[in-house]
Amino acid sequence: MADIKNTKTEKASFFSKPAVQSITASVLCIVIGLFLGYIALLLINPAGATEAIITIIKNFFTYPSKPAALKYFGNTLVKVAPLLMCALSIQFCYQAGLFNIGAAGQYVAGAGASLFCALKLGLPWYVCLLAALIAGGVFGTCVGLLKAFLNVNEVISGIMLNWIGLYIVNMLLSGVKEASSPNTLTLASTNPSAIMPSMGLEKFFSNNKYVTIAIPLAILVAILIKVVLSMTVFGYEIKATGIAKDAAKYSGMKEKRNIVLTLFIGGALAGVGAAFLFLSGYEQWSVAQASVPGMGFNGIAAAFLGGLDPIGTIFASYFIQHITSGGSYIDMNVYPSQISDLIFAIIIYLCGFVLFFKHFMNSRIRAKKNNAEGGNK
Amino acid sequence: MADNNAYAIEMLNITKRFPGIIANDNVTIQLKKGEIHALLGENGAGKSTLMSVLFGLYQAEEGVIKKDGKEVKINNPNDANDLGIGMVHQHFKLVQCFSVLDNIILGVETTKNGFLQKDVARKKILELSDRYGLKVDPDAKIEDITVGMQQRTEILKMLYRDNEILIFDEPTAVLTPAEIDELMQIMKNLAKEGKSILFISHKLAEIMSVADRCSVLRRGKYIGTVNISETNQEELSRMMIGRDVQLVATKEDKEPGDVILKVENMTVPSKLHHNNAVKKVSFDVRAGEIVCIAGIDGNGQTELVYGLSGLENISNGKITLSGKDITKASIRERSTSGMSHIPEDRHKHGLVMDYSLAYNLVLQRYFEPEFSSKAGFLKKSAINSYAEKLIEQYDVRSGQGAQTITRSMSGGNQQKAIIAREIDKNPDLLIAVQPTRGLDVGAIEYIHKQLIAQRDAGHAVLLVSLELEEVMSISDRILVMYEGEIVGEFDPKNVTPQELGLYMAGAKRKEAAL
Repeated sequence: MADIKNTKTEKASFFSKPAVQSITASVLCIVIGLFLGYIALLLINPAGATEAIITIIKNFFTYPSKPAALKYFGNTLVKVAPLLMCALSIQFCYQAGLFNIGAAGQYVAGAGASLFCALKLGLPWYVCLLAALIAGGVFGTCVGLLKAFLNVNEVISGIMLNWIGLYIVNMLLSGVKEASSPNTLTLASTNPSAIMPSMGLEKFFSNNKYVTIAIPLAILVAILIKVVLSMTVFGYEIKATGIAKDAAKYSGMKEKRNIVLTLFIGGALAGVGAAFLFLSGYEQWSVAQASVPGMGFNGIAAAFLGGLDPIGTIFASYFIQHITSGGSYIDMNVYPSQISDLIFAIIIYLCGFVLFFKHFMNSRIRAKKNNAEGGNK
Repeated sequence: MADNNAYAIEMLNITKRFPGIIANDNVTIQLKKGEIHALLGENGAGKSTLMSVLFGLYQAEEGVIKKDGKEVKINNPNDANDLGIGMVHQHFKLVQCFSVLDNIILGVETTKNGFLQKDVARKKILELSDRYGLKVDPDAKIEDITVGMQQRTEILKMLYRDNEILIFDEPTAVLTPAEIDELMQIMKNLAKEGKSILFISHKLAEIMSVADRCSVLRRGKYIGTVNISETNQEELSRMMIGRDVQLVATKEDKEPGDVILKVENMTVPSKLHHNNAVKKVSFDVRAGEIVCIAGIDGNGQTELVYGLSGLENISNGKITLSGKDITKASIRERSTSGMSHIPEDRHKHGLVMDYSLAYNLVLQRYFEPEFSSKAGFLKKSAINSYAEKLIEQYDVRSGQGAQTITRSMSGGNQQKAIIAREIDKNPDLLIAVQPTRGLDVGAIEYIHKQLIAQRDAGHAVLLVSLELEEVMSISDRILVMYEGEIVGEFDPKNVTPQELGLYMAGAKRKEAAL
């Protein structure tokens, strides 16, 4: 209404900015999550509860010497990279209206492909990385094709593929496992060329040899996703397809192609995430594992805690990994190490309330503004 | 009608603000006992907001509400209910798989020892339906009965709750002409029995025929209240729009030019049943003419347009646009070959509701070099300045200009945005499907003018409309569709609406002269 719209030229208040709201809501979730975790600790054993929750929050800072702390900071970061990639996979697909719960399976496919190329075929790291990208992408594409052409719900087909992926990878990698354990051979002993280069990064982390370019690469990917979504024609189409499939079709976008492409990219992101972890040599794959690794599922939490924004996801991924790693330092005789799982389970649960908090903040702001205006009259 | 000045409900000096907009600016409505009081205003004039305030869904910043002269506070719909205020919503709030009786008693069931006393309820319902002439079958399921009977169920719901103040929100939008007449009679009966009725509408003829008084809102402001016996349609529309409105579109005679759209034997399969929705239809549209497809809803018009625009694949036939075969072309190709499409469902197809207005205005052009670079980046400043231009040129009103989220705009302005986008493409062929549906007089006039301007500029216009009045007033040629076939072609100058009606109902047919 042209004649009314400028009667109030109030500047959007600080808290009415969407970004500020997302961050506030996420921080609120974290604080409440930690608090409830603390209560759980108190219930188990009140005596050491305060110390335990501080240990969890401190994570690597529990080491008194700076070099040691830095080293373990490096370890946390090594696991942040794959988590961030999985979270980006979820986040990216979510923009297109797709809930990529299959990220866990795409992650498994990426792990299988990269380790197979590294250990069985003896290929260098960049080929292994590419293999992980393709494997994850192919898994994602399967879900995408089913969704686009047969309208199969991506959650159902994604979960099914998670299990298919797990058992295929277990079979595939049982040829390259250690004789005495169910774990795959180490990269260092079998094929050092498959370990991702560190480009001198390890020096900043007290020569932590697991710190590789995977970490900065993951952050770079996050920024890239942000740019693609907010500034490109492709992002415009993806989001339009996600919000309004019919309008996208009406305007001549190839919505089926976009769905398949989105899930390919989502799958590739999760697949590369797995390669970022396994090609650092930090972990070995256990061919005896009977459940899908949680990394893909944790990605869901990170994506939502990050307010479904690629940049927010960087911080959310770090936080989740931070308290997960922190959980391993508490007194195992008194508390189960799963306590950090519990805390971030609570946080994930609260993430569902992020929207509620935003809504609450908005209505408070509106009420305040209205009151202020009423007073001015 | 009671002619004393006892007011059943009064809303005095109501002001309600939303971010960027004053929805109600010092509005006063006084409803007398036993009168039918019309509330008239364009879409977005603030009628719904005012009713939401009355129902306690919103709290007004200023103003008071009085019931029988006493000030009352309405904090939620339950308070409104306790005060005897009832409403028939535009979209009925009925449980589809319940019977009429179940729906009426829902929430106020009479029980004995925890068991429903349906007999008591049935007696009361039959009594009410007798007294007010509301014919319903208490045992029919909602999903099986007509829209008109559903509406009567809603009215009975209010009466069953002994509501004294009845609000009808655009009640005729969903009814057939016969049902509208019936509703008008019911409303008069209700008023005669002492009920007070607030009738929200933007249809002037209906207000003239049924209301006693009429209050007019324009852009949130209260314009005035007039006695219907002392006014006429022209005055009301002037009050509503703020200027004189041409109720009937005028256009010059014009000789059509070359054939722009040629459709030969087009068949479109139906999604709903195994039969074809459009059966071997042939027609053409020439430059500089408005061809109108008339017909009763559901006779294949929707599918015909889907086939033309590419939203649905056709199973047989050939479509030629400006001499180019587009039978197998994609939606995008058709669009870039000079076809514009104002879709029937503007929320589903026409707009990405959660995108900004600017993004929606380039929905058909974002991929052009003007708006995106070769590398695939959007040129945001170009998009914004283009949007500003269209907003200015087509007078699209919104809270925050180009950055307004489309969902928050009024229906009329959403439609204007679509029309701006589609017309500014400078198409050879403009397909407009029910472009004026649900819009008010001002917006309708505007849209008709735009369609005629397209025709005068030498473009071909294909209009699909269910409104006979619209068909008669702006088309150059009329094709009547019945059960997926074109059953007649007419010159609007040589045919009466009654004659067209016979063809639309399938009582008569002739082969299209092609």
